[in-house]
Amino acid sequence: MTTKTLNASVAGSAILPALFAVVLGLGIITLAGHVQASALHDAAHDVRHATGFPCH
Amino acid sequence: MTPLTTCATRPVSPATRTMFSRILTSALFAGAAAGLITALLQLLFVQPVLLHAELYESGELVHFGAEAVSAHPELPGFDAMRDGLSIVFTMLTYTGYALVMVALMSLAERMGHEVNARAGILWGIAGFITFHFAPGLSLAPEVPGVAAADIGARQIWWTATVAAAGVAMWLIAFGGNMVSYLIAAALLIAPHAIGAPEPESFTGPVPTEIGALFAARAFGVGLAAWVLLGAFAGYFWQTERKHADAKA
Repeated sequence: MTTKTLNASVAGSAILPALFAVVLGLGIITLAGHVQASALHDAAHDVRHATGFPCH
Repeated sequence: MTPLTTCATRPVSPATRTMFSRILTSALFAGAAAGLITALLQLLFVQPVLLHAELYESGELVHFGAEAVSAHPELPGFDAMRDGLSIVFTMLTYTGYALVMVALMSLAERMGHEVNARAGILWGIAGFITFHFAPGLSLAPEVPGVAAADIGARQIWWTATVAAAGVAMWLIAFGGNMVSYLIAAALLIAPHAIGAPEPESFTGPVPTEIGALFAARAFGVGLAAWVLLGAFAGYFWQTERKHADAKA
């Protein structure tokens, strides 16, 4: 394996998982904080107010 | 050794898998721990203020009515269903924050910055400013019943402000030159100079004392929550590194 491909694979090993984790995290935040479906809104209501998300 | 390039879909490398499981494990532990403590702090300090406001929202109490209203009404106690859901959703929300934070910590470490529980405190403060304080400066944490602009418009402004503040925090922490500090300042100021969506008129029935206390408590608990989250994230990130190194 050449040095170049090694570097590329090290870069991939750091950035891909980080990117995936960020997307997953933002998805969870959106679900818990922003989605207005009434079941979700009612369940997360108090948390949204206390955590500073726009609610209602 | 088989050249990797011959595979049409290259399998995920062990290093990538290790890194991902390290991010995931640290974030889950940090998010669950900080989320649980935060949920308890919110139930203790924020929820009573919210329940008090709801008495005015529902009309059970009336501000500036014929008679003066006691500032100490009897509030509903612990509600297993309602407060249980709040605990679950607080843990979920903080796990979401933790995933973003730990992912960025992994990149910072790659850039040569040490990440541990102590540095995590600064990460936590930056996270608080990004996700809570920056949007809350113009869209103040609101009690139920306050007048507010359209929810969609506020969510767009909230998201844009959080994104701008997040980039600003990164530039302040890692930019290291005057230009990046100036860009960061502009990103922090711009959303508030433009202005958040505001209601047409004030119709909130809740006394201003309750609204002010709610905003103060929400920010206070939020700061404590984020400092805990940052410290836990830094701590577990270090611990998981030792595990990963031991396995390698």
